[in-house]
Amino acid sequence: MLNEPKNYKENVKAFQPKIPYVRNCLKAFLFGGMICLIGQFIQTFYMHFFDYSRREAGDPTVATLILISALMTGFGVYDKIARFAGAGSIVPVTGFANSITSAAIEHRNEGVVLGIATNLFSLAGAVIVFGVVSAAILGIIRLFLEQVF
Amino acid sequence: MVFLYAFLVGGGICVIGQLLMDIFKLTPAHVVASFVVIGALLDVFDLYDGLIEFAGAGASVPITSFGHSLLHGAMSEGHEHGYLGIAIGVFKLTSAGITSAILFGFLVALFFRPKG
Repeated sequence: MLNEPKNYKENVKAFQPKIPYVRNCLKAFLFGGMICLIGQFIQTFYMHFFDYSRREAGDPTVATLILISALMTGFGVYDKIARFAGAGSIVPVTGFANSITSAAIEHRNEGVVLGIATNLFSLAGAVIVFGVVSAAILGIIRLFLEQVF
Repeated sequence: MVFLYAFLVGGGICVIGQLLMDIFKLTPAHVVASFVVIGALLDVFDLYDGLIEFAGAGASVPITSFGHSLLHGAMSEGHEHGYLGIAIGVFKLTSAGITSAILFGFLVALFFRPKG
């Protein structure tokens, strides 16, 4: 009975390590919150010294975080944090930069064109594809509704 | 005060992602892709702008804001040029993020070797 495929999922459950839900969530909360807090400091800096509005300051803030994250990925620091922080390092935009940079570094031995350039979006491509597809469809729906009503 | 809200809201969004990974066994790629779609969905009802006003970077740093910016850019051009404007405007606001990610990712990959 133990090897029947139907029971497989039930049977392996006893042998899988228990997930520490609360601790994982706490780590994600602290690290994710910390990254956003750093982002808020950068945003306030841009608003204060370059007279950006809160909306306009978002762009340079994101670009700065991406630069920091790309460099940390290069030094191998971000992946160490990610192993500990879980979603706290994946959900912020720094995780997006990390996935782009780490995919490119991993394949750099295959050359600049076939290695780095073709693999830049091998992980982050899903974000762009789903983002653009959903934004285009939702945009058409919303524009249609605005014209009708 | 915005610093506290940024920490709380940003951390809260990451906890939702962690729960999706732990309970529903989604891969990070699935979590991030769904968050982008959720961000765009929230922007349809103009809900995400309020969150950004309230929490600042706590709402604009998580990847949900990427979906929100995509739709926001699409709508701003869509109002001017009609349906064609949606295609023109999708990358209008996210251009800075995508350009810097490609540029810095490429440069870092040129100069750094894989670790471990």
